[in-house]
Amino acid sequence: MAAQENALNDPIIICEDLHKWFDDFHVLKGITTSFQKGERAVICGPSGSGKSTFIRTLNRLEEHQRGTIIIDGVELTDDLRNINLIRQEVGMVFQQFNLFPHLTNLENITLGPIRVRKMAKSEAEAVALSLLERVDIADQAYKYPAEISGGQQQRVAIARALAMEPKIMLFDEPTSALDPEMISEVLDVMRELAHSGMTMLVVTHEMGFAREVADRIMFFDEGVVIEEAPPADFFDNPQHERTKLFISQTLQH
Amino acid sequence: MEDQELTQEIKPPVSTKGPGRWLKENLFNTWYNTLLTCLALVFLFFAFKGFLTWAFTEAEWDVIPANFRLFMVGSYPKEQIWRVWNAIYILSVLMGLSAGLWGGLIFRFAVALSGVWFISALLPVELSTRGWCLGAIAMIAVSFFLGRGRTGLRPWILGGWILSFPVIMVVLRGFGENGVLTSNWGGLLLTLILAVVGIVVSFPLGVFLALCRQSNLPAIRWVSTTYIETVRGVPLITILFMGNVLIPIFMPGLDINQVLRMMIGITFFSAAYMAENVRGGLQGVPSGQHEAAQAVGLNYAQTTLFIVLPQALRSVIPAIVGQFIALFKDTSLVSIIGLIDLLGVAKSVIANPDWLGLQAEVYLFAAVIYFVFCYAMSYASQDIETDLGVGKH
Ligand SMILES: Nc1ncnc2c1ncn2[C@@H]1O[C@H](COP(=O)(O)OP(=O)(O)OP(=O)(O)O)[C@@H](O)[C@H]1O
Ligand SMILES: [Mg+2]
Repeated sequence: MAAQENALNDPIIICEDLHKWFDDFHVLKGITTSFQKGERAVICGPSGSGKSTFIRTLNRLEEHQRGTIIIDGVELTDDLRNINLIRQEVGMVFQQFNLFPHLTNLENITLGPIRVRKMAKSEAEAVALSLLERVDIADQAYKYPAEISGGQQQRVAIARALAMEPKIMLFDEPTSALDPEMISEVLDVMRELAHSGMTMLVVTHEMGFAREVADRIMFFDEGVVIEEAPPADFFDNPQHERTKLFISQTLQH
Repeated sequence: MEDQELTQEIKPPVSTKGPGRWLKENLFNTWYNTLLTCLALVFLFFAFKGFLTWAFTEAEWDVIPANFRLFMVGSYPKEQIWRVWNAIYILSVLMGLSAGLWGGLIFRFAVALSGVWFISALLPVELSTRGWCLGAIAMIAVSFFLGRGRTGLRPWILGGWILSFPVIMVVLRGFGENGVLTSNWGGLLLTLILAVVGIVVSFPLGVFLALCRQSNLPAIRWVSTTYIETVRGVPLITILFMGNVLIPIFMPGLDINQVLRMMIGITFFSAAYMAENVRGGLQGVPSGQHEAAQAVGLNYAQTTLFIVLPQALRSVIPAIVGQFIALFKDTSLVSIIGLIDLLGVAKSVIANPDWLGLQAEVYLFAAVIYFVFCYAMSYASQDIETDLGVGKH
């Protein structure tokens, strides 16, 4: 919460009245919010409520049809230059890892820096190796993604995103596809990242992680944010009926 | 010490797979399989006996050496044959250098080719031919040692391969009246030229068409789809006839010779099928790959080049090489238009009164040549698949 206080008037992401339709289906129904530099927000809510769609609009994997998104001072429009600029600022980690199977783990990480940031190959490799060190799998650099475990793959994916030196990291259920014993190794990396001051938006059902790390928890339902609060308030004193039900259901498990 | 005992690795059980065991497991494992095996052996014995008897006693193989030049180069004039050898030497140098630089598959092909030249030199051929053959071996060998380990040369050699096409065309054609008109190109030489040009041009064209068919822009998608479906709806032979007649009508000013017309027809035909093969591969690349590439900041061209195509193409290598092989064999259709490719030579030799009644010998020889080249492509495709780790990662 310290980060939030320090930079209270320095939002790095601003969403105004954000709407999104898939054909006729209204998925995001007017989302207005902002995220501070260094803020750690956890997004939760029932399946189909638009959580993934929301964070995917922030780096233009999905196009929004109404409202504005401003990321680090740049507005997301059809302008390809702005989109590319923003994608360089925003890293993303997917539920299914989405590593490039035909490249080694190291090449997965160096591709972006070499091709997008035009970094020299040797420099990119040095950066990649230090990132693999940071996520604790330096020994897997020259293997292919299919040759390592799911938890290790997700950590490579995190390193791949970090290699672009993003200011913001988006996580879409990063541990949902993992066996229980691998979840903690990925959460450890994310925890470390959170402590380093990275701005993070995390869609997750890991409520322990949310309570420990988040500055704010946002609860989505049917395309709107129906409740947002710091974790203590959110878990111990939920306001909305829908939220109460969700919390009682998730904490049962 | 005790610890070591405990953690001692257990070796996997030794698999006993000798030829004897293989026979027993696959051919003689049950009484009815044994029976089938014996019947098949009896059948094979009689079939082969008939064939071998014919091949060694009745067949008149003289027809092959007597017409060997025709089979190889058609009516390419003898005093200009150095042009063909020069083309071969250009390729030998490139092949030797590549063998030295990359090793592996290309090295094995270089060795096989040297073997072919060596055997040819041992055959009762003219002295000059013998010299050319040995020269080709020397070219391969010398450039192999020159290229060895010089990895910095790789981009240059790739450029050299690309540049070698137009250069070889010019070498084979020469200039004006002093050169060799394409109407004199023939035999295996013509077959190879048609096939190589067809393969090398239709592949990128097919990839391009496939990408267009997946485009977000309706106009591009529509043009590409229309082209692909139209071409696929027409037999190659029709396209070749049409090309022969229509290209001169559409481009009256240009003197487009018949060989070039056939190249265009074969290439455009093959590209449509290639596009569909590649599209199959493109569809197999999960959307998550596009998204991950975009999230990293790659643009469309980079995503296509570094992420999508490598995965798409390697998953459809068998289909693509199948298309190459089909194209290679389909070049034989140009003999219907009147070009004398390998099959055309075979037909004209059979029609020659001196060699009447030797269809079996001549067609068998042509078949073996077609097979060797098609098998080489198939072999290369398997090797490349293993190399790229298809199905592994
Ligand atoms: N490409 C698409 N085309 C059409 N509808 C879509 C598309 N993607 C998502 N939807 C729909 O939009 C709604 C919101 O999807 P979204 O993936 O954002 O939900 P979510 O909150 O992330 O749910 P989950 O917890 O299951 O991941 C769902 O009803 C989904 O079916
Ligand atoms: Mg989701």
